[in-house]
Amino acid sequence: MSSAVQALSDGWVVAQRNLVKIKRVPDILVFVLISPIMFVLLFAYVFGGAIDVPGDVDYKEFLVPGIFAQTVVFGATFTGYGLADDMQKGIIDRFRSLPMSRSAVLVGRTTSDVVYNVISLVIMALTGLLVGWRIREGLFDALLGFLLLLVFAYAISWIMAYVGLLVPSVEVVNNASFIVIMPLTFVSNAFVPQEQFSGVLKTFVEWNPVSTVALACRERFGNIDPKIAVPDSWAMQNPEVYTLLWVVAIVAVFAPLSVRQYRLSTSK
Amino acid sequence: MGDMIRASGLVKRYKDVEALAGLDLTVPEGKVLALLGPNGAGKTTAVKCLTTLIKPDAGTAEIAGVDVLKEPALVRSKMGLSGQYAAVDEHLTGYENLVMIGRLYHLGKARSQQRARELLERFDLTEAADRPSKGYSGGMRRRLDLAGALVAEPPVLVLDEPTTGLDVRSRQGMWEVIRELVSSGATLLLTTQYLEEADKLADDIVVIDHGQAIAQGTADELKARTGGERIEVVLADVEDREAATRVLAEVSDGEVKVSDNGRELTAAVRGTATGELLRVLQGFERETVTVLDVGLRRPTLDDVFLALTGHAAESDENESDEKEMAK
Repeated sequence: MSSAVQALSDGWVVAQRNLVKIKRVPDILVFVLISPIMFVLLFAYVFGGAIDVPGDVDYKEFLVPGIFAQTVVFGATFTGYGLADDMQKGIIDRFRSLPMSRSAVLVGRTTSDVVYNVISLVIMALTGLLVGWRIREGLFDALLGFLLLLVFAYAISWIMAYVGLLVPSVEVVNNASFIVIMPLTFVSNAFVPQEQFSGVLKTFVEWNPVSTVALACRERFGNIDPKIAVPDSWAMQNPEVYTLLWVVAIVAVFAPLSVRQYRLSTSK
Repeated sequence: MGDMIRASGLVKRYKDVEALAGLDLTVPEGKVLALLGPNGAGKTTAVKCLTTLIKPDAGTAEIAGVDVLKEPALVRSKMGLSGQYAAVDEHLTGYENLVMIGRLYHLGKARSQQRARELLERFDLTEAADRPSKGYSGGMRRRLDLAGALVAEPPVLVLDEPTTGLDVRSRQGMWEVIRELVSSGATLLLTTQYLEEADKLADDIVVIDHGQAIAQGTADELKARTGGERIEVVLADVEDREAATRVLAEVSDGEVKVSDNGRELTAAVRGTATGELLRVLQGFERETVTVLDVGLRRPTLDDVFLALTGHAAESDENESDEKEMAK
């Protein structure tokens, strides 16, 4: 068996193991989902009135794809959380003593977190439909939008995997990822249209991949007024290509880094 | 018949602490070697080096003829490890745990499922097979963990303190299971803090302290070096201490140890324990020494340690060190 095939097949065994946990401890999922649902309600009914959306689109329609982007980025912390948890427990010594691929634990974790994200996207979409979000383009376009979200989430998972291996405990993962994730999701067009930012912040928003994911989804779902002017940044004009470039770059950097870190902590 | 486990000159340093200071080991095929020592002696570090979990700073090691440093992946397919902290996934059932391990040994799905069922049956876990292992007792978890080491029927087994922290009944259960394994021809390296355990299970014992082997031999040989069995006396009256010490000195080949409060005396006996015990009692009668308790006991790890190193095993002090290092 070639090493890549082995990494995938061993990774799948580990992923199945991770997924059993969702089945046995469903409370985890409940807590993961409560916060994005809260965000939908907060922004739709509390802050929404104060935020102006350009063109002829309801704020709730604008908001929901943004919340999708935020949800999958937050969901990625689960990768770090799960790995840090494994590293603290005896099970990791079992894995290390088995003739399995050295990257399988990481491949398995990032893969099972895709399933997590699918579940949370389904719940978020249902919540969105309840508050008035609609898919206005074709179903195929909508599926492409969701696919982009999942691919982007997968890349962020690898960053979080690295964080999870670096830090000594589960508690630290939470705090460490919070510092990165909060500015990344809030200084984007997820909640507030980019037109309302100015100066350096505006530039950051326009080149923030969270913005481009949200924008790409709005376009795919038809939650944006096609008549409004396209922002003057290459990233915003080509949100899908730009997002995918980030995905490739992140995985290319963080997958090898994480595998290396896993081996290092193995041979401490 | 070659040696299935061989280590020579293993060195591992953690900052200022030398966890292993040139450890040599050999275990011939089908034999059981016990690595006996207190916490912090370097047992777990030795196990981790041999099982590819950590890299030694110096020295070489082979498992089933395969170089641990050069071909760690191949080594992993030839050995099963059962650790000190039962390495089972608490959310998976016993059955799921074993099937997962089988699949990661690349046995294939059907074979993994079959092995899982066989092992659960053998380790008396069939009833608990479909419950998450979170709810298992300490003894059940250890048995499940040991079963995990056996999934691929590896020629070499390494058990790191398999009974530490278990109650007496579970410990005896584990001993039975391990003895069965040995009779089926596995080569086994076992670490333990208990001389009794090494005595019951091992062909050969290596006593380890400060990362080095300080003695090697069968249990009987080691005990002989520590002066055989002990007579322990508890005096009714501290005033009798000198007379009692005199009597004990006649049968002992070493010093008579007196406890701090002066009422408990211990002496290693030279000849046949029961005969000497009788002589001691007659001596007490003669000298009119009154005792609350007299007994024979076998040497403990502490006695072996005291005899070999001149210091007690200091297990409590070092416990946290090794745990720290093992991270």
